[in-house]
Amino acid sequence: MNRLALAVSTLVALGASAAPPGKPDPKQIARGKYLVTIGGCNDCHTPLKKTPEGPAWDMDRMLSGHPDTLPMPAAPVHDEPWGLAFGNTMTAFSGPWGTSFSRNLTPDPETGLGTWTEKDFITTIRNGRHLGRGRPLLPPMPWFNYREATDDDLRAIFTYLRSIPAVKNRVPDPRPPAAESTATR
Amino acid sequence: MRQDRCTRRHPARVDARATRLPATRPFALTAWLATLLLATTALAGGARRSEAPARLADTGLYARTGAETLARGVRTWTPQYPLWSDGATKRRWILLPPGRSIDASDPDAWLFPVRTRLWKEFSLEGRRVETRYMERRADGSWLYATYRWTADGTDAIRAPATGVPAAARLAGGSVHDLPSVGDCEACHGAGRTPVLGFSALQLSPDRDPLAPHAEPPAADALDLASAVRAGLVRRLPRALLETPPRIQAGTDVARAALGYLHGNCGGCHDLRGELASLGLDLTQRVVPRSDAGPPATTVDVPARYQPPGEGEAMLRIAPGRPERSALLHRMSSRAPADQMPPIATHRIDADAVDLVRTWISTLEHTERVSRPLVER
Repeated sequence: MNRLALAVSTLVALGASAAPPGKPDPKQIARGKYLVTIGGCNDCHTPLKKTPEGPAWDMDRMLSGHPDTLPMPAAPVHDEPWGLAFGNTMTAFSGPWGTSFSRNLTPDPETGLGTWTEKDFITTIRNGRHLGRGRPLLPPMPWFNYREATDDDLRAIFTYLRSIPAVKNRVPDPRPPAAESTATR
Repeated sequence: MRQDRCTRRHPARVDARATRLPATRPFALTAWLATLLLATTALAGGARRSEAPARLADTGLYARTGAETLARGVRTWTPQYPLWSDGATKRRWILLPPGRSIDASDPDAWLFPVRTRLWKEFSLEGRRVETRYMERRADGSWLYATYRWTADGTDAIRAPATGVPAAARLAGGSVHDLPSVGDCEACHGAGRTPVLGFSALQLSPDRDPLAPHAEPPAADALDLASAVRAGLVRRLPRALLETPPRIQAGTDVARAALGYLHGNCGGCHDLRGELASLGLDLTQRVVPRSDAGPPATTVDVPARYQPPGEGEAMLRIAPGRPERSALLHRMSSRAPADQMPPIATHRIDADAVDLVRTWISTLEHTERVSRPLVER
């Protein structure tokens, strides 16, 4: 057996993937779209706009998070037993954790997930931390439910998110609770 | 069902040097295939430990159950730039398999042999709380666990893989959490090597007298020279024995500040690691590079982080202006969304904040070309 044949047969035997990089699998994109839809991702990551028929998703900003054109004032103080407040766009949230803004999930390289790797995405969901090892993901993101997804499902979601139109939208940073933000600086 | 987190492999930690395909000469390929077959057989036979022992006493740290005499070959060391752990006092041990050694040919990313075991014991307010454990598996990945000490201090039992929040309540209302396996992987899986405190710089006998919270090494503790003499470390560049590693800095304060950032932040913020795309490098290299390290990636570099209510945009480090430096702001916060490090601490390290503030105050403005912010 010559060297080339041996090397090829070895790689085949080991199941090495030789698939060339190219367009993502349409079936995987469709699967990801399905999961994003039933997982309710648009509920928080696509801002609502006012229409004559009532609030509707602004699909020009699909999955791009809280609009940077809408600066939010300080959240109202909650009187017990009320504890939460949502912005009209359903992309800004206030509670005991402070104020959080839904992130830009589109593939924009500067303000979205454009520079993220599949591994970044999966470890973020698995660990509930930004990039898998940074600050905690904040409410109302239900990452603790999504972390039970299989790797294949999370890959499909990420593949779909890479396929949607990029929207340049720099989402503001979360704000700590007022008491903590003054006590720790 | 998804694999239990305690047993999930961490493929990123399978070192390429341990798995590289050799040159395609027939004899080399045959030898490689034979090795692969043996390894596969060994794994199937259970040589790959999938889960840490249930008790610390069974991890190999002690000579025999019920006693705390260290097992033969277990050695202690004390890094010169320790990780801040809310004031915990810590003891560390390492055990290599017989006849094996650490490959130090890359002085900034040592390669540890299979079956390397390391322990770190945490005591708070005079009481042992936990002992963390990591072990290199046969397939090159790393196993992580932590053991919670019983109230009477006689035994330590493996904690759940999900960790234990508020495992100890401390004076002043603070708490100590036992980390989850995910937490372990978050810190230890981010850089070039999962072993963070046992390195050429951390073991250098040229120790930094201003390093915050540094503990004096025990008389029998390993340092770089003794580790080489004992045969635990091989292929270390000879120059590092003749001139031990030392952070190159203009002042003693700068040296200590850079060392602190290396020991506390560099595990994740490493241009060679998982978060390389952040472009933030707080590590120190034995051979420094001008385009890496804290000065090149922080000083006069725009910060993504902008605290609410702050009008002027922050820089990662604003030379001469600590109050405009995002790095110092985040070190000075324990609000969950702001704090750095993001895990394993609930108390601000006031000594380190003072040190880094002093260092930033002495820095001078550079003529750096501003770079666009990239969302990460």
